[in-house]
Amino acid sequence: MTVLRLDGVSKHFGAIHALDDVSLSLSAGEVVGLMGDNGAGKSTLVKIVAGNFRPTQGRLYLKDRETVFHGPLDARQNGIEIVYQDLALCDNLTAAVNVFLGRELTRRFGPFRIVDYAAMNRRAAELFKALRSETRPKDLVKSMSGGQRQAVAIARTRLSNADIVLMDEPTAAISVRQVAEVLALIRELKSHGVAVVLISHRMPDVFSVADRVVVLRRGRVVANKATQATSPEEVTGLITGAIDHA
Amino acid sequence: MLEKTDATEDGRLEAVIGRQSHTFVGRIVGHQAFWVFLAMVAAGLSLTLLTETFATPQNLFNVTRNFAFVGIVALGMTVVIISGGIDLSVGSVLCLSAMVLAITMNAGWGLVPSAALALAVSALVGLINGALIAYVRIPSFVVTLGMLSVARSLAMVISGNRVVFQFGPDEKLLFQLGGGSTFSIANPVIALFLFGVATALLLRWTRWGTHVFAIGANERAAGLTGIAVARVKVSVYVFSSLMAGIAGVLEAGWLGGVTTNLGQSMELSVIAATVIGGANLLGGAGTVFGSVVGAALIEVIRNSLILLGIGTFWQGAFVGSFIVLAVAFDRIRAYRDTES
Repeated sequence: MTVLRLDGVSKHFGAIHALDDVSLSLSAGEVVGLMGDNGAGKSTLVKIVAGNFRPTQGRLYLKDRETVFHGPLDARQNGIEIVYQDLALCDNLTAAVNVFLGRELTRRFGPFRIVDYAAMNRRAAELFKALRSETRPKDLVKSMSGGQRQAVAIARTRLSNADIVLMDEPTAAISVRQVAEVLALIRELKSHGVAVVLISHRMPDVFSVADRVVVLRRGRVVANKATQATSPEEVTGLITGAIDHA
Repeated sequence: MLEKTDATEDGRLEAVIGRQSHTFVGRIVGHQAFWVFLAMVAAGLSLTLLTETFATPQNLFNVTRNFAFVGIVALGMTVVIISGGIDLSVGSVLCLSAMVLAITMNAGWGLVPSAALALAVSALVGLINGALIAYVRIPSFVVTLGMLSVARSLAMVISGNRVVFQFGPDEKLLFQLGGGSTFSIANPVIALFLFGVATALLLRWTRWGTHVFAIGANERAAGLTGIAVARVKVSVYVFSSLMAGIAGVLEAGWLGGVTTNLGQSMELSVIAATVIGGANLLGGAGTVFGSVVGAALIEVIRNSLILLGIGTFWQGAFVGSFIVLAVAFDRIRAYRDTES
């Protein structure tokens, strides 16, 4: 099932063509590696899907329905979640509170509505278990490993039952062991039928989890093929321009 | 076979997720406020042994009442500092609030409408502070430094820089409110207790409290997760000004007269109290208990210098050293934690 389809999307900033006639589609449970050099248009593309930018031209379809996002909140309500590179976590709060940040659970206490920590801890524990991550809901994020921090950020996307998760360089600044943890988390998302767009510079990570690789160069899609049908060498050539098109 | 290993794997995972990392005692001992509290108890005990005057009901009554005003203002400051800001205008707001109260009561108003107006003026000052900080995005240090000047100047303008010491028909009521006692506890101390409990509950048990902590730790993240950052920030400065306004009303009642230098440089004692109590000036950390204990400790130091016959000129040196010492102690402990 196609959850997201871009049809001839372009984005111009004045004379600069950040994206040029990009067409893509994304299916449920599919992991797409989005690759390209700095300035190739990856983040512009992500910001269009996330509702930060509106395309200058072209259309965006969610489950075959044409959609226009009025801002990031709108995209979020339509089942698109982003895991930011810095994860957008608050170190001084617990994992569970971070998962629920901005949508805390409350319960009635006499005339007041108070934060329901017990319910949030319980639900967060379920989410971490479903992600197969050894993350304790009541621990402060401050004391967590890179992999656990990723689990907290990803658990947020599970909370809203997002169909599409955009991940911005999740493995850029963490240790080898933690990279394995993050890749395992991505596979868990996939197994729950979530479509994942993985923006990454790291070839081994993309090749180990992605079903498909999309390469952008100067705002154009120069390759969109199954991971098995390509190789790191070819992708490198496509990114740098040594290979024109594939 | 496969299912069985899955089940044990699930059980193991559940056990790990459910494990408690910090015991209750461990959490308490991990707070700077706890050690400052111990220091205060130690100081109190040694003063009780060293002097005959410390542990008298009259002295304890005075000590608690004296720090109550700083303590009440510190409640607001704690919330502001947790949110990652600072409010330098509290001393001036306290003065402005007391002056509005004094002038209207002097003109024959009752205590209730006068106090209501004084608190409304305080809240308005906080609203202006908050709006400039949250929407115009001027740093809180600059905005409230400006307001420190403006609010005190307004107090001088409305009073013509006179001392007001006649409070009209409700004078006795006002003096009773700020200077009296209930069950032999000074009324401002009772107010500190009530507002302190309320503030602690707000911080711990409301979404607002969670958002204040989140904004102080990572404002961008708070915004990305959908928290109404600007509105929460405005509310924080209104809260702080309101606490200063309340302290102003009570202090007017205690002193029995209001001058335009009331609350001068009080912001420094208030910030000192919150920092000694473990609030982090970078935002994201602080407790009501810590700030109140910090305020109490400053007053105990002051009181002990007098009782021990050491000149009060030394007060600044002792309090100042303690600020640095308390934070240094916390740094060393945090450093050791990350090492182990």
